[in-house]
Amino acid sequence: MNARFFSQYGSQIATLSLEHLWLTGAAMLFATMIAVPAGIWLTRAPGWAKPVIGAANVLQTIPSLAMFGFLLPLPWLGERAARIAIVALTAYALLPILRNTYAGIRGIDPAIVEVARALGLTDMQRLFKVELPLAASFVLAGLRTATVTCVGIATIAAAVGAGGLGELIFRGVASVDNRLVLAGALPAALLALVADAGLGLLERWFKVSA
Amino acid sequence: MPAAIEFRSVSFTTRQGRLLLDHVSMALEEGTVTAILGRSGSGKTTLLRTVNRMVEPTDGQVLIDGRDAQQGDLIALRRGMGYVIQETGLFPHFTVERNVALVLEAEGRPRPERLQRSHDLLTTVGLEPATFATRHPHQLSGGQRQRVGLARALAADPPILLMDEPFGALDPLTRAEMQDMLKELLSRLKKTVLLVTHDLDEALYLGDRIVLLSDGRLVASMTPEEFMQSKQPEIVGYVGAFHRGERSAENGRRAAKGGRA
Repeated sequence: MNARFFSQYGSQIATLSLEHLWLTGAAMLFATMIAVPAGIWLTRAPGWAKPVIGAANVLQTIPSLAMFGFLLPLPWLGERAARIAIVALTAYALLPILRNTYAGIRGIDPAIVEVARALGLTDMQRLFKVELPLAASFVLAGLRTATVTCVGIATIAAAVGAGGLGELIFRGVASVDNRLVLAGALPAALLALVADAGLGLLERWFKVSA
Repeated sequence: MPAAIEFRSVSFTTRQGRLLLDHVSMALEEGTVTAILGRSGSGKTTLLRTVNRMVEPTDGQVLIDGRDAQQGDLIALRRGMGYVIQETGLFPHFTVERNVALVLEAEGRPRPERLQRSHDLLTTVGLEPATFATRHPHQLSGGQRQRVGLARALAADPPILLMDEPFGALDPLTRAEMQDMLKELLSRLKKTVLLVTHDLDEALYLGDRIVLLSDGRLVASMTPEEFMQSKQPEIVGYVGAFHRGERSAENGRRAAKGGRA
């Protein structure tokens, strides 16, 4: 890769990186909005934990290319490739966030939860003042796993025309141009590393010494 | 005047069908300390927990100031009772001062008032606010944590204190210190206290009334003097078992003396 390569592809790499970020970011936002409340609900109705986490687990096992393929013929979704990509990535992100939210809250010392109830905290106060702060580092760990996974899977979204750095990779593979493959793969790897490090810092920030 | 707490034929059966409380009836006078003794599994903790409805009786009633506890607002009921447990249950993510004033925070009282109250209470339980207020629970010793737990239970100035083996996890010296502190505090504050303990000496030292539970039944409710003089077989058995440790210590001393002679 030389200066000419960058002058030719530099702006494309930047645009596709942003697209990649947008696909992953939107998916993480939706997944968090679904999985955190669902995880909290499961701690209140633990009978549902096994089937619900099992279902999220099944979603996780669908090969990503097949998942994009399944979503393609759906009416509203199929119109825009980015929609498919975001829905698929959201589905993949659910399990780690859901599981960690559930386990994080269930793992709190029962004496602490007991006292929170006995002191007369309302359910909401107990959740927001005690349970969520104490489970925060777990929830963030789930978010971190989900993000890193999704940054990787998002490269495959290019197969259905959703854009992102996968586009360079697919083009590179098709034209047997390793430089193009790397131009897509390296920024994707970098994104994953940065997300991992950033969320890792946040996770440590929320860690509570017992 | 109605009793501060009255148990009217309170029973509790677990979902698995185990009977933990068997028609317990007794009345606790306002401003007195009632110590509940009994072996593990005798229903001591369950009885205590029916008062703040952490356990709902399957039969019978608990009356607080003459009113059925199950009728009123659960949150208000709990805020009117201090609760101290062996594991302290301090919130590890809050500072000591915030732990102490959490009930006031939950009630939406302003911050300056909360801090003031919190610091006053820390002083009351023998912790210097300047040193301890901004620490976190993991920076405290077991005894200090228990003091914070007690301060927290007193935060809303509740008329009733529920204490479940509050000093059970402490070493004997710290425990004695805490018992002295509590006794002094209660003589000033005049709370109605329900104290679950398995330490006979603690019950005799702190209690105005000793209650003995066995298999969920109330087998004795009397003053400490009456309790120690009772010939009731359950009481004699309990006291005898408790003092076996002291007899062993006495034997040990005698043996040591014999060895020297």
